[in-house]
Amino acid sequence: MNKIVSKKKLAAAVYEMEVEAPLIAEERQAGQFIIFQLDTDSGERVPLTIADADRDRGTITLVFQTVGKTTHDLGELEVGDSIKHLLGPLGTPTKIENVGHVVCVGGGIGVAPLHPIAKAMKAAGNKVTIILGARNKELVVFEDRMRAIADELIICTDDGSYGRKDLVTAPLKELCEMDSKPDEVIAIGPPIMMKFCAETTRPYEVHTLVSLNTIMIDGTGMCGGCRVTVGGETKFVCVDGPEFDGHLVDFDNMMNRLGAYKKIEDEDHKKCHLEIAAEKKEAELNA
Amino acid sequence: MHKSSKELFEEAIVQLKDLELRMGELTMRDRLSIPLQEMPNQDPNERRINMGEVALGYSVEQARVEAMRCIQCKTKPCIKGCPVGIDIPAFIQAIANNDLEKSIDIIKQSSLLPAVCGRVCPQETQCQLYCTVGKSLKDVEKSVSIGRLERFVADWERENGIKKPIIKQETGKKVAVIGSGPASITVAADVRREGHEVVMFEAFHKPGGVLMYGIPEFRLPKAIVQQEIEGLLDMGVEIRTDFVVGRTRKLHDLIAKDGFDAVFVGTGAGLPKFMNIEGENLIGVFSANEFLTRVNLMKAYDRDNADTPVVESESLAVLGGGNVAMDAARTAIRLGAKKVYLVYRRTEEEMPARIEEVAHAREEGVEFCMLQNAKGIVGDEYGRVTGMKCVRYELGEPDDSGRRRPVEIAGSEFVMEVDTVIVAIGNDSNPLIKQTTPALETNKWGNIIVDDTGKTSLDAVYAGGDIVLGAATVILAMGEGRRAAAAIIEQLAVNS
Repeated sequence: MNKIVSKKKLAAAVYEMEVEAPLIAEERQAGQFIIFQLDTDSGERVPLTIADADRDRGTITLVFQTVGKTTHDLGELEVGDSIKHLLGPLGTPTKIENVGHVVCVGGGIGVAPLHPIAKAMKAAGNKVTIILGARNKELVVFEDRMRAIADELIICTDDGSYGRKDLVTAPLKELCEMDSKPDEVIAIGPPIMMKFCAETTRPYEVHTLVSLNTIMIDGTGMCGGCRVTVGGETKFVCVDGPEFDGHLVDFDNMMNRLGAYKKIEDEDHKKCHLEIAAEKKEAELNA
Repeated sequence: MHKSSKELFEEAIVQLKDLELRMGELTMRDRLSIPLQEMPNQDPNERRINMGEVALGYSVEQARVEAMRCIQCKTKPCIKGCPVGIDIPAFIQAIANNDLEKSIDIIKQSSLLPAVCGRVCPQETQCQLYCTVGKSLKDVEKSVSIGRLERFVADWERENGIKKPIIKQETGKKVAVIGSGPASITVAADVRREGHEVVMFEAFHKPGGVLMYGIPEFRLPKAIVQQEIEGLLDMGVEIRTDFVVGRTRKLHDLIAKDGFDAVFVGTGAGLPKFMNIEGENLIGVFSANEFLTRVNLMKAYDRDNADTPVVESESLAVLGGGNVAMDAARTAIRLGAKKVYLVYRRTEEEMPARIEEVAHAREEGVEFCMLQNAKGIVGDEYGRVTGMKCVRYELGEPDDSGRRRPVEIAGSEFVMEVDTVIVAIGNDSNPLIKQTTPALETNKWGNIIVDDTGKTSLDAVYAGGDIVLGAATVILAMGEGRRAAAAIIEQLAVNS
């Protein structure tokens, strides 16, 4: 169950894994996510959006950045290992329809969850413009796959090492200012990026969808830990989302909530690094 | 001050010796004068810093003395108070006679989870409410301690090896059970005994449902739940965790593609209600479900080993007056909160929580703030809770439910300084199955509508427990499970 069949390092601390999960591969639709857990008794449950799926092979593709203890541990797994627990597909799928011109904006590893949505939007007959943003050239992921879908592909890096030296909001604004402004924008990436994409499109009244990745436990509506404020109402990302109208999301509250356990996470992370360092030292001494 | 276990056990030994000498000639008067056996509990000062079970259980002498308090009345009103109709006087008689095996056999004819129900049933509003002894002594708290006796024999059985039930010859029929809480466990066991194949689907990584994620260790040790689950596995029930029916597989596909002959939906009432007040999404506001799940299922109290954290709070308010509110408040005490306030807008009299849980919470240091309610939650510039705006109430005229309606006192607003707020005002039914199974009929609260056999609007699909009842109790869920299991067994017999 949940055997890793391939693993690639896409960039520093960014991995792509293809995992055997035939049921999830069969049922999943664009926009949905899974929750994984590595240890039954002590592990935490972490949501990850599904980057791709292959029904014939019975696999799903996950892309993740090692940011905390659990994603670090996931990154340590190799081909042939299994992910102990994998639950999904969760969340409400993206509404895919032909609206005309769709602009997909992906920031960092947000490009991965954007991929199946862009693919489905293209298949539905839309013109698809894709904007990819990253800090530098090395961190641009899924470029080839996105190029294969896009009618137009724009790459931005913060340092100008690849594509335009710009934030993704710059080309997004240009597209909104054109006579035939986009019919829909889908932005997935760090919360701050999604917030500013929504702010960019707001004056042009272009409907802007964002996909939120909040802290979750069960992922089925039971705990409410993932709740966000959308248009003044409380919504659960796991069952009402993960996608919401970006113009209505209270991003500041969401970002605050994402940092709720930062202190504890940092402590654990530090402890983890100290342990690794101590193990290395011991190994060196033994050698 | 409570007596220690040792004192209680020693007293019972003396009392039992005396009673055994007079056993054949005990009059009703004699029995009514036997002292009620107090439950030995962990000392409040000790238990407030550990997760261990609070109630320690009767000794065999205590159990036999307590059993002798039952006057074996002809009318047996207690049975009518039991949602699953356990032959209470008979199992108690067997304890009095020191035939514990017979006693547990009697219970198991009607109840599948005595070790659980003996701990968490609200006996004072069920069997013990009707007890003739309690009536004669004009105090429901002096009724025969039926729940404690049930727990005693169930624990005795657990210690002496649970008998594996006889499974009838395999029928080749297949039943899917969705969820793994008390209703589902009951259906799985009843259906499996008839020789049908049973596959149980659980969304979480561990089975047990609310018994695992909701009810805390100190009230229901997880080892007991684990044992019930292992019992199912021994019977040949297959349990598939990490499987959320509706998403991983549509309910309809279980029948159409996977060949299940019947499906039972026991997905519970898992959708927490919030107050819809200002500041409710600040950091430090939790649903009781989230708080308890972090601690119980994800073991956040074990900071050194568990990866799932829980907030470290100094002062905390719980909103609500039910058992879940008590569980949350008592858990917070154990996690080290210095101040734990329980805020409820009516008075203690109206509180739906069990008397025992309220008493335990108070002993452990929970402060009860009655006739108050939250109006809003305030936070600092980082979005963290710093306080809760409250208002005071007084009781006015009775409402439709007969309870006196709390009326806001004008100008009584104040801010309670807390860094954490836990909302424990109940659950709605989980919408996942409904959303992904459009033909399934539900009422306006989202509860699945069933007929009097537990069958839903869909062929071969049954439901029971909180998803039908709304948030209720373990024993009611079990009762619903038994009813649905009987209907499933009948359906499979007709179709064979």
